Amino acid sequence: MSAPANTGAGTAPHFEPVVGRYLHVELLGKPHRLYVEESGQGIPLVCLHTAGSDSRQYRALQNDPEILEHFRVVAFDLPWHGKSSPPAGWHTHEYRLTSADYVATVRGVCAALRLDRPAVMGCSIGGRIVLHLALDHAREFRALIGLQSGAHVDPYYDLQWLHRPDVHGGEVCAGIVSGLIGPAAPAADRWETLWHYMQGGPGVFKGDLYFYKIDGDIRDRVAGIDTQACPLYLLSGEYDYSCQPEDTRALERSIAGAKAVIMPGIGHFPMSENPQGFLAHLRPVLAEILSR
Amino acid sequence: MLEKLQDLVNADAWLVQRGRFVDTRFLLEAGERQHLVAIHAGRIESVTAGPFVMPRWTFALRAPEEAWRRFWLPLPPPGFNDILAMVKSRSLRIEGDPHVLMANLLYFKDVLACLRGKVQ
Repeated sequence: MSAPANTGAGTAPHFEPVVGRYLHVELLGKPHRLYVEESGQGIPLVCLHTAGSDSRQYRALQNDPEILEHFRVVAFDLPWHGKSSPPAGWHTHEYRLTSADYVATVRGVCAALRLDRPAVMGCSIGGRIVLHLALDHAREFRALIGLQSGAHVDPYYDLQWLHRPDVHGGEVCAGIVSGLIGPAAPAADRWETLWHYMQGGPGVFKGDLYFYKIDGDIRDRVAGIDTQACPLYLLSGEYDYSCQPEDTRALERSIAGAKAVIMPGIGHFPMSENPQGFLAHLRPVLAEILSR
Repeated sequence: MLEKLQDLVNADAWLVQRGRFVDTRFLLEAGERQHLVAIHAGRIESVTAGPFVMPRWTFALRAPEEAWRRFWLPLPPPGFNDILAMVKSRSLRIEGDPHVLMANLLYFKDVLACLRGKVQ
């Protein structure tokens, strides 16, 4: 992904293969304007960002020539996130992501893009929602990949700190998640990951965590996931204390056919905090999806 | 144990700048050992070792000595690389009024990380 030195006059601009556009789509009965990035061709691979962040987390994947040869990588910003707008009327109520809304959003975007049985990969809240998709809509998807996937996370700090006018939201959100990044992360990628958190809108990270910590608890349902209907891959970083390796191992034990990998030195944001370290673990998974 | 903290923090001009709105005193407890850390405008004014009779502090970080020892290893193991990791595993308790801590969380995390690899 490194840019060749631009020496000035006569040098072609160095653009990434990633193209970003705005998609107009009706979700949950309201018109939405969502920011969608795409690169590559082949099997659609939809990438879901973490709570309070945006699709820039997948920048390395979106630029990897080997992956782009066989996969059409699609990453979109959820409503309220990144360059996607919240729907009109957002200012009249608190933002709270629910399981039902999140599932409807992912399916709605896939349908609007006319993707044919895409693979979906999500991290954290995205890693949780792929479990919901596996349970209730498995046949719509070619494969599901959960990064930092767990069926439930116990709250370990007061979420009120994330959204109050006497604490800077961007600074506290980055402060909350900074320790979730593993020690193997290169400094530039660590701080790029934190920058995304610093840019989140007020209350958005907190609203996403409503799904992650309260509404999206599916401990009592995960054993019903049928990996024959849709394969499920689980990749989790060793240093994540939000979704801990043991949470992912517990999923693997309770879901017949699920395959889990624990990634040493990596934390909660594998694709963003340590892209090359993560891709080494992802490539065999993508190769398996390709060969099916 | 914490004697080096003052010099390490105050020698880091960017860290002090990031904490320029911090005026507080917090208690750091490692097992039986207690220290009061006083901060003014991001600079550490004093680190005072206990025991104390009537300590005054805004917030306290209390963990067993072994937890801090792991936290301050050059490469801390999972679960000990961050104060919130230790809160999650119930090895660290945050008491008192955490407002200044939360409002300057990255600053305080880096203040504590100054001792990484520097204490036994």
